[in-house]
Amino acid sequence: MTEFLIPLFAATVQSGTPILYATLGEMMTEKGGVLNLGVEGIMSVAALAAFFVSMSTGSPWLGFLAGGVAGTLMATLHGFVCITCLGNQVVSGLALTILGVGLTNFLGVPYVGQSAPGFTPFDFPLLSSIPYLGDIFFKHDMLVYISFVVPFVFWFFFRRTSLGLHVTATGEMPAAAAAVGLKPVALRYFAVMAGGFLIGLGGAYLSLAYTHLWTNGLSGGRGWIAVALVIFAFWRPGRAVAGAYLFGGVMAFQLRLQAMGTHLPSSLLLMLPYALTVLVLILSAARGRRTDAPAALGTNIEPEG
Amino acid sequence: MLKIRKRDEPWKWGALVIFLGALLFSLGVSALLLAGQGKDALHGLAILWQGSFGSYWALEGALLKAIPLFLCSLGVAVAFRMQIWNIGAEGQFALGAIGATWMALSFPDLPGAVLLPLMFIMAFILGGIWAVIPAVLKLRLRVNEIISTLMLNYIAIQLLDYLVFGVWKDPTSFGFPMSPEFSAGAVIGGIGSSRVHWGLLFSIFAGIGLWALMRFTRVGFELKASGEGARVARYAKIRYGMLVMFVMCLSGGFAGWAGCVETSAVLNRLQPSLMVGYGYTAIVVAWLARLEPLNIAFASFLLAALRVGVENLQLELQIPAAFGAIMEGMILLTVLAGQFFLMYTLERVKRKGE
Repeated sequence: MTEFLIPLFAATVQSGTPILYATLGEMMTEKGGVLNLGVEGIMSVAALAAFFVSMSTGSPWLGFLAGGVAGTLMATLHGFVCITCLGNQVVSGLALTILGVGLTNFLGVPYVGQSAPGFTPFDFPLLSSIPYLGDIFFKHDMLVYISFVVPFVFWFFFRRTSLGLHVTATGEMPAAAAAVGLKPVALRYFAVMAGGFLIGLGGAYLSLAYTHLWTNGLSGGRGWIAVALVIFAFWRPGRAVAGAYLFGGVMAFQLRLQAMGTHLPSSLLLMLPYALTVLVLILSAARGRRTDAPAALGTNIEPEG
Repeated sequence: MLKIRKRDEPWKWGALVIFLGALLFSLGVSALLLAGQGKDALHGLAILWQGSFGSYWALEGALLKAIPLFLCSLGVAVAFRMQIWNIGAEGQFALGAIGATWMALSFPDLPGAVLLPLMFIMAFILGGIWAVIPAVLKLRLRVNEIISTLMLNYIAIQLLDYLVFGVWKDPTSFGFPMSPEFSAGAVIGGIGSSRVHWGLLFSIFAGIGLWALMRFTRVGFELKASGEGARVARYAKIRYGMLVMFVMCLSGGFAGWAGCVETSAVLNRLQPSLMVGYGYTAIVVAWLARLEPLNIAFASFLLAALRVGVENLQLELQIPAAFGAIMEGMILLTVLAGQFFLMYTLERVKRKGE
């Protein structure tokens, strides 16, 4: 059984990683009071940007950074439409996804099937020799190890830094935040852009570590799963980790079943992650903790005058 | 220095000006994208125009594509009016196609006068069910309908794949995933000798029906009131839950009809190539049209023409089809940003000492 389970859990961590980055990115955005439904589009564009930069410079690290920057740029567009121009957040996010996926499929055509230098797994010194856990968590690439740290940084940022508290205040009550002298608009831009950076890192993971080949439709709904996971996680980073690995697990499991040649039709297996998303939302709703959402989520700040 | 000032009343012709502005801006960006690909941008735009509006063939194609877009978009708009975010037209479209195929394959010997209504009814029911599931989840468990409708899209597409690769696979298709071709009674015919089919007339009637429902009935009034929010609805003594279910059923049913029309009239069978993203474009259309049925008719035609134009571009300049999605996303984003000017203006304020 362990011959099956250990590789499955290791694969779970790997396929959960891009979802984890994206979930934390969306969580960051929503903490500031902005709903960004463009995650799927941002991830796609970031994956392509990361791939392109890594291929042309030969440096996967620059590629990773480029993914983050591309994510930030896309998110800034959403920020401009919603924060500055007071556009509807839901529709703007959808438009961003349509635009982002379109751009990726348009600009990515010449690279389909090509490969770029990416990140390769290595045994993390000492930790990889822990029985079982070492095999599951510490025989991956560098981006997975970074993703272990990000939730802690996220938690620390929101709990222990004043900037984090200010962002939370903007997401809860922008008017009150403005009254005590904070700048809600600037803080929202910060949340949207920082969130976009993290989402972009998730996209970069797809093209630099998950595969080293460029194909169309690389994000395959992961962006939407990330949006759902933020709700599931009650806007808390710890639960985001659990959620991301849950999905990573289902995706890995589904691939393994297909590879083993089960009699189940592949289309039914491919439904699994999406059906699970609905199930996860039902379960988190059943616990009735909706009050955890930032109170001003989805509402724009009206300018004075 | 510029200062933001709230308008005393909304800008009258603003919506149209913003829409045209957004169109121009997006065309400009598209031209830049073409130039970035090493193509002659002006020539590209000319081909796009030629492909969209420049010939009888193009207009016919646009009208053909506008039919499913119009139906999907009407459905989307009805839900949006109530502030219910039904992003699931794509999946409801697929279920409609499945419903129609189910009837067509079950009763191949029935005459069209009986079989076609059966197909439309089943398409409406299945599309409606696919939309009522998220409605029930929203009402009972407060599950976010944006995510649930969207996930049901992915599930619906896999379901369609499962059917055409499995139980409904045509044994004579040499392994291609497609259902057998429909019998004559299951096919909506063309109008005269054109490619445009009678689904056009059907969707016009459906549109007028929906418009009348919104305009003249109690449901229409309740829908408008509920658009102000669930709390307002409760004050107005509206049975909000029932209304949400009804509206979502209608919304999904219309998308289902679009699926039925496309399968029956255009492909004459069920196959995965049916799914070309009408459900997502419908969201763009509905929003551009400010959720008004008549505007939706124009916007569907416009975006359908754009799709045909992009196909032309694809053929002549080897531009990827995704070019159309970029333009749709751009137009919608620009319109959203521009709507700022409906309620606000920028005023020049003199600084001290100027």
